[in-house]
Amino acid sequence: MAANTGTYLIQGAAILGGEPADLLVRDGIIAEIGSGLSVDGATVIDAAGLVALPGMVDVHTHLREPGREDAETVETGTRAAALGGYTAVHAMANSTPVADTAGVVEQVYTLGRAAGWVDVRPVGAVTVGLAGEQLAELGAMADSRARVRMFSDDGICVHDPVLMRRALEYVKAFDGVVAQHAQEPRLTAGAQMNEGDVSAVLGLTGWPAVAEESIIARDVLLAQHVGSRLHVCHVSTAGSVEIIRWAKERGIDVTAEVTPHHLLLTDDLVRSYDPVFKVNPPLRTDADVQALRAGLADGTIDVVGTDHAPHPSEHKECEWAQAAMGMTGLETALSVVQHAMIDTGLMTWADFARVTSTAAAKIGRLSDQGRPIEAGEPANFILVDPAARWTVDPFRMATMGRNSPFAGRELPGKVVATFFKGHPTVLDGALNTPHPEAAATPAGAA
Amino acid sequence: MKHLLSTEDLSLSNAIRILDTAEEMSAVGEREVKKLPALRGRTVVNLFFEDSTRTRISFEAAAKRLSADVINFAAKGSSVSKGESLKDTAQTLSAMGADAVVIRHWASGAPHRLAATDWIDAAVINAGDGTHEHPTQALLDAFTMRRHWARLSGTGSEGTDLKGMRVAIAGDVLHSRVARSNVWLLRTLGAEVTLVAPPTLLPVGVEKWPCSVSYDLDQTLANGVDAIMMLRVQGERMNASFFPSTREYSRRWGFDDNRLRALDDLGMTDTIIMHPGPMNRGLEISAAAADSPRSTVLAQVRNGVSVRMAALYLLLSGDTREPAAHRAPAYAAAAPSTKESI
Repeated sequence: MAANTGTYLIQGAAILGGEPADLLVRDGIIAEIGSGLSVDGATVIDAAGLVALPGMVDVHTHLREPGREDAETVETGTRAAALGGYTAVHAMANSTPVADTAGVVEQVYTLGRAAGWVDVRPVGAVTVGLAGEQLAELGAMADSRARVRMFSDDGICVHDPVLMRRALEYVKAFDGVVAQHAQEPRLTAGAQMNEGDVSAVLGLTGWPAVAEESIIARDVLLAQHVGSRLHVCHVSTAGSVEIIRWAKERGIDVTAEVTPHHLLLTDDLVRSYDPVFKVNPPLRTDADVQALRAGLADGTIDVVGTDHAPHPSEHKECEWAQAAMGMTGLETALSVVQHAMIDTGLMTWADFARVTSTAAAKIGRLSDQGRPIEAGEPANFILVDPAARWTVDPFRMATMGRNSPFAGRELPGKVVATFFKGHPTVLDGALNTPHPEAAATPAGAA
Repeated sequence: MKHLLSTEDLSLSNAIRILDTAEEMSAVGEREVKKLPALRGRTVVNLFFEDSTRTRISFEAAAKRLSADVINFAAKGSSVSKGESLKDTAQTLSAMGADAVVIRHWASGAPHRLAATDWIDAAVINAGDGTHEHPTQALLDAFTMRRHWARLSGTGSEGTDLKGMRVAIAGDVLHSRVARSNVWLLRTLGAEVTLVAPPTLLPVGVEKWPCSVSYDLDQTLANGVDAIMMLRVQGERMNASFFPSTREYSRRWGFDDNRLRALDDLGMTDTIIMHPGPMNRGLEISAAAADSPRSTVLAQVRNGVSVRMAALYLLLSGDTREPAAHRAPAYAAAAPSTKESI
């Protein structure tokens, strides 16, 4: 652990929403937890009324660098992550060039280290160029300095069943996981939105639920057959929740994620034809939203993943069919999940810690993240004001993307402080400074 | 009404108002001088991102009969084909002072984008967007049906609706903006609608629409219809497995000579045959049916100009008051009496 991270005394934080306690942070670790702690020279933070939670871990982030630095960079995306309460993000592989070699994943990893706002864990592509034809050098990425454990062609489904089977088998050699973007391509050619009552009226080509569910059903059976670990990205339908529940009951090693937007928004919003609501998988129906909430609450769905997908404004200021798919999410995730899951009584803050941190770190095999808030543990945690209310303004965010579907909404919960390896990257709800280690990491070090 | 984007949200009173105004406008078309000064000095842009000569010239004739200046902007061969965005195109038209934009676009919802954004502050008329809506087509169809329905009951059509009229709409409903606009407007006007199509060419969710659905054209005819509207079907659809062949489609869902005879055999002497055009003769409609006295195809074209005049007039004249039964419309004062020639 790095030195020079200073000493902080956090007074009166409710750990996982429990009884208030004091936390002493020193040299990157939680040195002590107790009541009435007092330490000379420590920076004191009054945390009365705040909840302490483990630093959030996003299993699904698009940082756009390399290639689309007009949409987001590792620097801006990780600033957004820190503000949103994250201490680690998994950077998806669909950059340009694609993260399908050790060279590219090491570049992204190094950019993340140099930025110093969160741990950046690159996701490696499953197939060369996301083309779905030939396995990328998964082992080389696993052995690289980026230590890739999650592999995904996210944005594109690994739809060839043989290729998917081989990928699932192959990553067992280094304890990897294949994160599948479940979308049967033939059933979704030209798809624009959820297929159902609203698409029928709007005359937009439908993206049927069965296109997601049929791939998940196939993949859990493949995972069972070859004894592999499968992760399902952004589950969006009630039927998918049922299939994953069935698979888990049979002991299949599958994990699943849901996005904040699928926990709150429905395809009724598409009636505006405003492409800020265009996303893949698409917004579904209220019945799907309720099933996803229930699945997250009962553990069928393991984690919340943002699928943070910033786009330049010209890719959204156009006709619906022309617009890019995707929404920003890093800076609204905590508030949306609090609104949809905690304020509704479906989950506690301890559950929140599980679905946003503990389980996510386990899927990505991040040993220093998602740890309990206890003495001796790495100081990756956040302080949250659950009573705060704020109105979402995309133009006041750290992400370069202005495509937030929550713009103008009032949401509960605010990240007051983010501690990343003992250093406050966020203080008083605003960016502080990157971790001091970053200064020692030149961006070109890869 | 600031815009005319869809019939889904068109109220009964506004629908009747457009149809009644169109009746007044049709009288203008029967005069020697087919022109009113109502929109003199106003600029109407026909912004067409998709080829449609028929709809474009119909709107052009409508605007010119109201004395508006007309600019035709065909997206093909223009800056749009060089990658200019809808936003930039709209802002360009706004800077040129367009008062109304008549937009035809291949993308569903494009007219809504123009109306909802601050890119342009003009009245927007949807002249067909993707597979979403084509409201002026539905209004001209309703206008045609209403004249027929009123004539059968021996009354004038002004102020009337379509209560009790049985309308069958047959063909490619899935890809049809005409079908969607017709279903909503006919519901509003009180008609009973049956959609007839192969199951592959009906959208998932159609069961929630305010109409009946049938896979059997013969049964639908036997149950009795007052108007049968045939939708254009693209032969290429068979390549995407929507139906096995054009011949099978034609046999099961085309309005062929046998079905034309069946109308006579069933004693439905007053049933009209409609088609929005352009027709695929021999595919969804036989030549005999298209050319029969029952066919309203050319009347629909004629009525299209009147309905589009009404829409342009009502959106641009600033006359947004609810219609009063005995109040002369504003344009009448600006022109020689149009009542005389009705």
